[in-house]
Amino acid sequence: MTGPELLASLGKLLGPKIQEKTEFRGETTFTILPGDLHEVAQFCKDELSFDYLLDITSVDNFGDEPRFAIVYELYSMTLAIHLRLKLRVSEDEGAVATVSDIWPTANWHEREIYDMMGIKFTGHPDLRRILMWDGYPYFPLRKEFPLEGLPSEMPDVAFTSAAPLEGGPFVTSPSTATAKDREPRARRPAL
Amino acid sequence: MRETRPAAYDSKIEGNVIFTRLDAAMNWMRKNSLWPMPMGLACCAIELMATAASRFDIARFGAEVMRFSPRQCDVMIVAGTVTYKMALAVKRIYEQMPEPKWVIAMGACASTGGMYRSYAVLQGIDQLLPVDVYISGCPPRPEALLEGLMKLQEKISAEPSFREQKRKLMEQLDEVMA
Repeated sequence: MTGPELLASLGKLLGPKIQEKTEFRGETTFTILPGDLHEVAQFCKDELSFDYLLDITSVDNFGDEPRFAIVYELYSMTLAIHLRLKLRVSEDEGAVATVSDIWPTANWHEREIYDMMGIKFTGHPDLRRILMWDGYPYFPLRKEFPLEGLPSEMPDVAFTSAAPLEGGPFVTSPSTATAKDREPRARRPAL
Repeated sequence: MRETRPAAYDSKIEGNVIFTRLDAAMNWMRKNSLWPMPMGLACCAIELMATAASRFDIARFGAEVMRFSPRQCDVMIVAGTVTYKMALAVKRIYEQMPEPKWVIAMGACASTGGMYRSYAVLQGIDQLLPVDVYISGCPPRPEALLEGLMKLQEKISAEPSFREQKRKLMEQLDEVMA
């Protein structure tokens, strides 16, 4: 069975678990419900030979509901095809099932998402921060977190303070102007 | 006519004795034997290694003995981005170095935070440590680091090291006696 055929039949096999199926430039994305994640992931690994979890990422759609999206990039070594699983998590729910028991590599990916976005993974064997230190009070990749950071203090561990941004965020202006005008710099927002 | 004679002439040591100030002699010894603490934190450390290697040869300035124990170091070369997670570790290592000690902030990140106006990066190591020499560049070329080292040598040779030390010692003694 070739890749496209398998992906076409995937929809039938996973059946009602799939909320939405999108094709973009030969990339297949299945949107599923957070509650179905573990079951679908197990099925993908055992029955569909998606033996390699490339990456897990998270998206903060601030202002939308549900707020967060988590994206799983799967790859099959034997069939050389990609599959993307996507699910949406609301801020109130704030937790999905871990897949680190299915793909061990998910352990650190999920820790990173917890560290940066604050989404918890139920059943994770070791859900600690991975980049920032234990006790850091914020989730820095959330949209409401300012670019320059916020002050914090953990005695004898680490401290942070806000970085000077000189009155505005560093932004680029797309234009045909010279590099001097195009490059990222502090620009006051237009009134 | 009065006869001038050397106070204690000894033909065995003739030509082997020079007269100088104690400060000058001590500073001369210190500045020509700076043992660096290579605090390599990012890409500047690659240039630091290049400076130590044969082409640029930091040994010409007596600073080739990179020590990975802070207790054997004179000058800490902070080479790279100092994240908040690493900041207190850098400070701790600095505090473990014996006096007298100096700090070189190598590159844009160590000097000011560089391009990282970010929640995770300390905006210059001078917020934690007393920096003697800042080196611009991203990363600085090995010549720039050597220039910075020579600037530090100039600075050391002008320090009133022994006089200050003695004055501080006397003050401390006065405090203890009082």
